[in-house]
Amino acid sequence: MSVELNNVLGTRWRKPPLIQRAWLRRLLWIGFFVYLVAAVATIEVNWLRVYEGLDRGLLFILAFASPDFLSRSTDIWNGMVESIVMTVAASVAGIAISIPIGLGAARNIAPLPVYLICRGIVAISRALQEIIVAILLVAIFGFGPLAGFLTLSFATIGFLSKLLAEDIESMDRVQAEAIKASGSNWLQWINYGVQPQVMPRLIGLSMYRLDINFRESAILGLVGAGGIGATLNTAFDRYEYDTAAAILILIIVIVMALEYISGIIRARVQ
Amino acid sequence: MLRLENLSKTYKTGDQALKEIDLEVPEGQVMALIGPSGAGKSTLIRCINRLVEPSGGGAWLKDVELTKLSSRGLRRERRRMGMIFQEYALIERLTVMENVLSGRLGYVGFWRSFLRRYPQQDIDTAFRLLDRVGLLSMADKRADELSGGQRQRVGICRALIQDPDLLLVDEPTASLDPKTSRQIMRLICELCEERQLAAIINIHDVALAQMFVQRVVGLRLGTIEFDGAPGSLTPDVLTMIYGEEDWESTIRPVDDDHGAAAE
Repeated sequence: MSVELNNVLGTRWRKPPLIQRAWLRRLLWIGFFVYLVAAVATIEVNWLRVYEGLDRGLLFILAFASPDFLSRSTDIWNGMVESIVMTVAASVAGIAISIPIGLGAARNIAPLPVYLICRGIVAISRALQEIIVAILLVAIFGFGPLAGFLTLSFATIGFLSKLLAEDIESMDRVQAEAIKASGSNWLQWINYGVQPQVMPRLIGLSMYRLDINFRESAILGLVGAGGIGATLNTAFDRYEYDTAAAILILIIVIVMALEYISGIIRARVQ
Repeated sequence: MLRLENLSKTYKTGDQALKEIDLEVPEGQVMALIGPSGAGKSTLIRCINRLVEPSGGGAWLKDVELTKLSSRGLRRERRRMGMIFQEYALIERLTVMENVLSGRLGYVGFWRSFLRRYPQQDIDTAFRLLDRVGLLSMADKRADELSGGQRQRVGICRALIQDPDLLLVDEPTASLDPKTSRQIMRLICELCEERQLAAIINIHDVALAQMFVQRVVGLRLGTIEFDGAPGSLTPDVLTMIYGEEDWESTIRPVDDDHGAAAE
């Protein structure tokens, strides 16, 4: 038996800590707890106001037990149709634009200038929150679903291009190389070498984005960008909690249905 | 037919993978390229079809200087060089037939390939090749449903449907069991013989190489250390290529015949 082995036999073994320096490790823990305590201490809660608000909250929750689909049914129906049209149109347009940008934003297939431009577009789209974009577009195009459609398309580009590009960057290089070695041109190379590898993820992400866009369309109405959100906002303004509850239930049902459908589709395309 | 002159490759990291390689492969010759991992075998064959850009020297296929070609010219010349890969490199989610037909991409336009409307002649050739390697019934299976040996046979069909003059073969048997390895090597060498194809086969398994090829080239640290008939691979030569080890049991005695060595 070697001396080296003899020295380690019988000693305890522990996984080496992530942060090697003990003092730094302790400092980080202490800092974390100090921050936590300080953060909690800064939250001011007006318990009296909370007590009064509880009644209103209760009314809101109780409204779910008696949702009113009927008295505003035309408004709800129109809002829903508008939201769905907006969602589908924005998803289709957004996905169509995302694919070329996603290809350009993948470092392993795009030349550097194209990569930088596409990454720039992705960064801008992701930096601007949907609500802010919607407020701007409502100011430009006026109230209505056009502003909502444009907002959602724009947001889809940032989301889908980024994730598509990342999937392309992590693809199997050799499969694509084999296509290149056959003398294919660039488009054929993308169609045969890259597309089959990223297709399941692209479909899964598209379904997921459709789902996000629908939920967003309900929010965008609050700033005047059309859709079911506008109806929901009106219901709140009139304190018609039972109508609001009906709308929320419909949104939940549609989102759950989309989730279920996208699960089936994703399992199929693997 | 293939000629390399002073071919060098230095990677961005500073690794000198190939140091001024001179090599000539005549028409119809099957050549094995042996050497330890990192010797530059993969880099060498990838520098020929320029999947890796060589940093110096030249490569000629017949009279065409591959290293000087524009991207359009390169695509045209790549059609004449079929490549077979380690771990097969099939497009896993495409069917066997699509994988085989992808060897024709250099000959057909984008829309034809996009719509999978290949000329009838190509389709017939693909069926003939699949029949030749015994996979005709698998044509519409997805590539990832096949076993390793079957996948490599599809890889061989994909390379051959290009109607190449030269095969570049990168570790064709690396992840196959010993029996399948021999079958694949035999198939490659038989097909080369049938079609009078030249081939460069990168291979780890020295004994397997000796069994099937006409010429062995040994690469070590980016330079050619040995070039000769498979029979002249002695323990000394292997020590020169790979380093000190007991080689007696690795190499096939020269007087052993093929029948005894196979299976």
